[in-house]
Formats: sequence, C-alpha cells, structure tokens
Amino acid sequence: MADPNVSRTVLEADALVRAWRRVAHEIAEAHTAGGAVILVGIQRGGVALAQQLGETLGSIYDQAVAVGSVEPGLHRDDLSQRGMAELLPTELPGDMTDKVVVLVDDVLSTGRTVRASIDAVMAFGRPRCIRLAVLIDRGHRELPIRPDFVGKNLPTHPDEHVELHLSEQGAPNTVEILSL
Amino acid sequence: MSWHRKHLLDIESLTAGELTTVLDTAREFKAVGERDIKKVPALQGKTVVNFFVEPSTRTRVSFELSAKRLSADIINFSADASSFQKGESLKDTARTLEALNADIIVIRHKAAGAPHFLARFLNAHVVNAGDGAHEHPTQALLDVFTIREKKGNIAGLNVTILGDILFSRVARSNIWALRKLGANVTLCGPSTLVPRVFEQMGCRVTYDLDEALANADVINLLRIQHERQRKSMFPSIGEYAHLFGLNRTRLAKAKPNALIMHPGPMNRGVEIKSELADCDRAVILEQVTNGIAVRMAVLYLVNGGNADEMNA
Repeated sequence: MADPNVSRTVLEADALVRAWRRVAHEIAEAHTAGGAVILVGIQRGGVALAQQLGETLGSIYDQAVAVGSVEPGLHRDDLSQRGMAELLPTELPGDMTDKVVVLVDDVLSTGRTVRASIDAVMAFGRPRCIRLAVLIDRGHRELPIRPDFVGKNLPTHPDEHVELHLSEQGAPNTVEILSL
Repeated sequence: MSWHRKHLLDIESLTAGELTTVLDTAREFKAVGERDIKKVPALQGKTVVNFFVEPSTRTRVSFELSAKRLSADIINFSADASSFQKGESLKDTARTLEALNADIIVIRHKAAGAPHFLARFLNAHVVNAGDGAHEHPTQALLDVFTIREKKGNIAGLNVTILGDILFSRVARSNIWALRKLGANVTLCGPSTLVPRVFEQMGCRVTYDLDEALANADVINLLRIQHERQRKSMFPSIGEYAHLFGLNRTRLAKAKPNALIMHPGPMNRGVEIKSELADCDRAVILEQVTNGIAVRMAVLYLVNGGNADEMNA
C-alpha cells in the first residue's frame, strides 16, 4: 500500500465508472456498426478495462463486442535500457481486416506503449483503422500520439506516478497519485 | 518474472523460478511462430554469432531461425571453415568474433566448460549450445517445455530417460531441469552407459527396461553417440535394439498416455521401432517446433540480463 503522506486519491469509483460508461457511448456514437468494433486491451492494465468496456458496449449495440489483448513488450523502444519485460498473451479475436480496432489502456502518458502496441497489432493484420481509448490521460507525451476517447484528463507532475485500482470485478475503483 | 543472468551456461546453476520464467516466455514466443508474420523486433540491431566448433545442423538452424524471428542479425561461424585449422586458439577466435561487435555468442564445443571459459573474458552474452558431454541447456528447456505443454505440469511426473546417459549432455541437462521442477527421473540403458553415480543427481537407475517403463508419463529416448565413444560400450547395435529398443510391447508398460520423446537425430530400428516414431504419442517433431520458441526466449532473456555470474 502507498504511504498516505506521499499519495492522494484524486478520483473515486463513481466518477470513474461514469467516465468509462461515457467512453463506451462515445465509441458507439463514432462507430455505429457494433460488429465492426474490436476492443484490444493493452497488457496488463488495459485488459480488464477492455472487458468492462466490451460489456457496456455490448448492451449499447445489443450484440456482443469482440475483446482481445495485446502485449507491447517485444515492440518497445527501450528494451535495451529497461531489460526484458515479462511477456503476457497477445490474443486478437479473428480477422481484423475491415474492422475498427480500439486500443484500450488505463493510463496514457508518454505514448511509447501505445506506439509499441500499434506495431504489435499490425503484425497480425491490417485493420481498417486503429483508435485509442484511455481511462486517464496524464499528459507528458513524448510521441505524436493522441487518444480518441478519454475518461478523465488528469494534470500531473512528471515525477508523480498515477495508479489505477480496480474492483474485484475489474471495474475502475480509485485513482491515486504517488509522489516519487 | 525472475531472470537477471547475462549468460545461459548450464541448467545446473538455474533455479526453478528461472526455469519457469524461460518456459513462460517461450510460450509467448511459440504464439509468435504460429502467426502469419513470425517476426518481432525485440532484438533489432543486435548481432548474434553461431560459433559452432563441433558439427551440428539442427541446433544451429534452430538458433539461426530464432535469432531471425527476433530481428537480430546472425552469422554462422563453423570450425571446419575457420582458423582453428590454422592454429588459432579458442580464446583468440572468440575475441575476434567479439571484435565484430557480436552481442550474443552461441557456442557449441566438444570440450566441456568451453562456454564458461568464454563467459569469463568476453563482454558479449554467451549461450551454451552444447559443450562436450557436459550440458545442452536449450535441449533440456525445449524438452521440459514440451512436457509441460502436453501434461500441464512437471512436478510429480515419472520421466524415464533411456539410452546413452554417460556420454549425453542432453541427459545431464534434462536431469537437472526435471529434478529442479519436481519430476521423478528414472535412467535406464546398458550398465556401461548408465553408471550408478547418477543416483547422486536424485535419479533412479535401473537396468531392467520393463521396470524403468512401468508407470512412466514420459519416455525420453537418447541416441547412442557413436562419435563420443572411444571404445565400444556394448556388444552390438543389434543387441542394444533387442535389449533397450522401444517397441509396442514395452511401451504398453508405461502409462497409456505416455509421451515418446527424442532429441534427434533418431536411429529408427535401434532405440525406437519405426512405427512408434510416427505414432500419435510421439512428440518428436513438436520438440523441434518448440526448440525455436525456447531459443527465442533464451536469446531474449539473456540480452536483457546483466548479472554477470562469472564475475560475481
């Protein structure tokens, strides 16, 4: 657990769940054909959120939405500096041709993980387009990457660390900022 | 995830946790090999040298393909084409390879300990691809990976290794890996090739094949290594096949779903009846496929490792 002296809870479950539900509605508004949307959670933080989003979207579209996962590790640009990361499964549901792939992550910052994830998805095929949905955008981008759907914009200091806690069901619960 | 090693020199010094990390990592690389695009950029810009001072085709090709699927550049350097015949020492040749800015050197050598020797003075990462009769770590890793994939777990399995144990680096590495992961290991073969001293590694040694096969979950057959035997260790190939070759009657002693494994190259009609090599319980070709995944995992992990156990 984080030391209360250096951490503060900035967002609570209600606000996060509402924000994430709004993101589902925004995706449904932008992409009206439910069958064409594939949600792909970025390992590891985005996977449970993609599942949640998939359930909400499924009820909006009134049809099941395909949900998968992608491991960005092998495509990272900092492998030499950080050492080798643990590899988690990449599971993309079916053929992506003519599909809208929505990458899902918990916290967006530099954009490097998203860049690696885009490359990892491309190794499997050529979707019609790739979109990005994040629960928290904390800024400090290092690449020209912009999210299409954002739950909450959260201004932070570069030295701070943003941590999202999920409930046991995988729903967003609280967001903490830790000063390092 | 536990892996900090700079080299892969043997299985003996690895922990169960490190073995599991390699196997888990290999599982993800196996998925890469099953895709249309079988390549990932993880080792982009790195140079791997296959330094083979002893003839080998399958291990070399497997490492070569593994490096390529990780986007590394790889060159093959084999003894018959090299300067050894001109009198250069192993150390000088290895230094020359490193001067080409090799990041990883994969070495196969007839002398036990050659990889450890290189690791002591090279800056590059060293991977043991077989050193004499000592160890063949990646073969053991791919065998254990194949067993785990088929059986779900290693702990508690009865694994019988049959054949030339004395001269086999595959046997030694397999015994270490299987024991560390909790399998029961039985060794069997002609007494000249299966000395009792292996009991010290925690194995059961028996010269009765039926007893060795009873209740086995896995049967790993090893080739008779003619090239490593200076004098004949048993009367004839025919007698070996008669006493220790795997056939249907003997296989019936093992569990009904027992796996048949062989590191290759296999001698049909000697250690295994031809029909058994092609039956659905034989996973010999899957071992080959898994070898690439496991070697990708090893190259990937050592490249990120920085703990230099040789200088620690």
